[in-house]
Amino acid sequence: MATFTLTVNKKKHTVDVDPDTPILWVLRDHLKLVGTKFGCGKALCGACTIHANGSAIRSCTLPVSAASSLELTTIEGLSEKGDHPVQKAWLEHDVPQCGYCQAGQIMSAASLLASNPSPSDEDIATAMNGNICRCGTYTRINAAIKTAAKNS
Amino acid sequence: MTVIKTRINRRSFLKVSSAGSAGLMISFSWLASCTPGTKTLEIPEEWYDLNAYIKIGNNGVVTLFSPNPEIGQNVKTSMPMIIAEELDVDWKQVIVEQATLNTDKFDRQLAGGSQSIRHGWDGLRMAGATARRMLMEAAAKRWQVSVDGLTAEKGIITNPAIGDQLGYGDVALDASNLEVPEEVELKEIKDFQLIGKRVKNVDAKKIVTGQPLFGIDYAGDEATKVAMIVHPPAFGMKLKSMNDDEVKAMPGIHEVVRINTSLEEPQWSDTNAFNELVAVVGTTTWEVMKAKQALQLEWEADGSLENTTDHEFAMKDSMEQMEGHVAREDGDVSKAFAEADEIVERTYTAPFLAHNTMEPMNFYANVSADKAELVGPIQTPENLRESASKLLGIPEANITVDMTRMGGGFGRRLYGHFGLEAAAISQAIQGPVKLVYTREDDMTQGTYRPAYRVTYRAGLDKEKNLVAFEAKGTGIPGSPLFANRFPAGTVDYYKVTNYWVNTNISTGAWRAPRSNFTAGAEQAFLDEVAEAAGKDPIDFRLELFDRAIKNPVGEKNDYDPERYAGVLRAVREQANWGENKPGVYRGVAAYYCHNSYVAQVMDVVKDGDNLPKIQKIWCAVDCGIVVNLEGAINQVEGGMIDGIGHALYSQMTFENGTPQQNNFDGYRLIRNQEAQMDIDVHFVKNDKHPTGLGEPSLPPVIGALANALYQATGRRFYEQPFALEYEKVQMG
Ligand code: FES
Ligand code: FES
Repeated sequence: MATFTLTVNKKKHTVDVDPDTPILWVLRDHLKLVGTKFGCGKALCGACTIHANGSAIRSCTLPVSAASSLELTTIEGLSEKGDHPVQKAWLEHDVPQCGYCQAGQIMSAASLLASNPSPSDEDIATAMNGNICRCGTYTRINAAIKTAAKNS
Repeated sequence: MTVIKTRINRRSFLKVSSAGSAGLMISFSWLASCTPGTKTLEIPEEWYDLNAYIKIGNNGVVTLFSPNPEIGQNVKTSMPMIIAEELDVDWKQVIVEQATLNTDKFDRQLAGGSQSIRHGWDGLRMAGATARRMLMEAAAKRWQVSVDGLTAEKGIITNPAIGDQLGYGDVALDASNLEVPEEVELKEIKDFQLIGKRVKNVDAKKIVTGQPLFGIDYAGDEATKVAMIVHPPAFGMKLKSMNDDEVKAMPGIHEVVRINTSLEEPQWSDTNAFNELVAVVGTTTWEVMKAKQALQLEWEADGSLENTTDHEFAMKDSMEQMEGHVAREDGDVSKAFAEADEIVERTYTAPFLAHNTMEPMNFYANVSADKAELVGPIQTPENLRESASKLLGIPEANITVDMTRMGGGFGRRLYGHFGLEAAAISQAIQGPVKLVYTREDDMTQGTYRPAYRVTYRAGLDKEKNLVAFEAKGTGIPGSPLFANRFPAGTVDYYKVTNYWVNTNISTGAWRAPRSNFTAGAEQAFLDEVAEAAGKDPIDFRLELFDRAIKNPVGEKNDYDPERYAGVLRAVREQANWGENKPGVYRGVAAYYCHNSYVAQVMDVVKDGDNLPKIQKIWCAVDCGIVVNLEGAINQVEGGMIDGIGHALYSQMTFENGTPQQNNFDGYRLIRNQEAQMDIDVHFVKNDKHPTGLGEPSLPPVIGALANALYQATGRRFYEQPFALEYEKVQMG
């Protein structure tokens, strides 16, 4: 066990955990931020996507010991009122079915738009390919990203 | 005006229960309530129960209870919409809450078979209409006038004679004390205001902001421990010995327990892979995960250790060497084939599939000496309570089951063994526990979609008419065929024979059971038969439906040929079938299952040596009245992408009983890049009783895909997953 200070959603948190604990479990178990989801634990599905210094990363494979210097943002901190252009577009397109993958999808999409404000279909497919949706909402996800691009 | 009796069933569900269920709901209201749209409503000071589905606040805000489990099929929005329609309340004033399991108040709290809307329709309408009538009666009393002259709209009751108005909130208390009327009037379908509109998912705002909603998010209070299970590595194995000394000393680990969830008389929903498991219990998920790896376990064979390669032979052998069960035979089929001018015979196969809900199996349990509290993602809460009662030796009356939103179901959560496992662990450690599966746990002890094999034969006469049709089906375990579905009734000589292969691999319902294979195989086969007959594939099918309409063969034909032909005609028009677009190749398919009719046209384009790319799908659906247009389209789209993905890429294989895929590296699911397509969904308009949409769009799309791929590549596809079959062919 060791003590780590993390910056999550602009707030500092100190946790006492095993150094190899993935950020995903620090968020869910210790900080009670359960919006970030567990899907595979191996960086294969994207359900756990968060931002580290603004870029999308898979929190299930990022150990807490490597995260102290990073500004982490989770779905809960993406916007204050749930009104990030991507979140708004998700509502407008009524994207979710079961909804489980969507926090990860939204975090990947927000990071894509931050670096590429008007992505092509191909850019979207490449950036979003790591996020699985078992319910098959991909066409809505992609339409919502286009809308968000227009509105941001 | 339709008038219905309010006491049609024994369970007079419209009675108000005395104290109400508020106590428990409050304890985890974080996963229950939800306001539509983005506006937050003012919570009233007082709530009045009108019936099990409806409570109305003194300020006119309405809470509607959604009785059935939500797995992503969107019933948490569409079921309350039906109540709101008849209650005549402004949807913006509605809060939706997930009802707890309560068999005294609600019927069939189950998610499965796309049946929630079909079964719920009458009861939900009645609940809304009855409450509306009671509110109007209360207003009439207040004004001392006859109720007949009053009108109610959007939560406001008006007395046109004097122009007075009362809100539902003003009379809710009075109304809640009235007798439930013997009968009530329902709206005319043409007068619906809300049903048929595009209404957004009531949980959407919580989903996009990451609020706790799902089973995995619920962990009770601070006392709750985390548990994970370890199961045998292979079907046909069991635990021989365990050394947990090292693990027990690891940080954060409390206990290692062995549990056994076998029941003397299991019900269908108790299907599972293993009853005897090891559970590691600790403080946090990561500590438990690590401890799990460190356990020293020795396994031993306990049955046969099966292989996928053997399965393929076993299926073939079963059809060739076993007797089989003739499920239907019309006319002398062997004679008809002997006399046929041309015979087409083809065989289709598909592998086992895992469900892979994105949210892995999990459950919360808090079991004490004489009661149990269970919370989690479950499609069959009533069955779980019954089995938990048997397992724990606690009466059902002392067990509560609360349903969380589910990160996917697809049939996987019909089988509630993970709920029983959580209960068993909680009982063993005498405290609250949250059981979570890793993806590997989840994928390697599934209730898999069985592997299937079907051989079809069609006989054509000299004029190229279809005169004989035969299907033989087998699977591990059991045949996927439906003897009385199309093309039964359209051919004079028709026969279906079913075979069986035993297995110790656990299998179960997977989105659109059996249809998920049969539709694709049958529709691909008919495409080949149409081609052999020299006919347009849509005309060919329409001729068959014509026969079934005018002069059906046999009496037990499990479909309405008019509606079947209806969706085909609709999609023909929608896709402008017959139009020739250079470089675009088209396939068509139609299927009926789960009481809904679906037809699709798919366009694909070539992509060098790669498998052709899907460009567009047109889909026509007849599911009767559409309740929520937005949700309906979403279901149809998702079902098709799901069907395409599994038919192209997915399979679960076994070696010595060991599942060969255990995460999303080995097990391929369709991803964004492969799902870049346009989808156009059209609903056939009619006033028929609404039917479900969670499943029906999936099965036929596999046929449309196979047929479009044939047009583009000149190759027929017989073995799923098609992408693998294509690769094999490309490599020679
Ligand atoms: S849980 Fe991290 S990528 Fe799947
Ligand atoms: S919405 Fe269910 S997994 Fe994406």
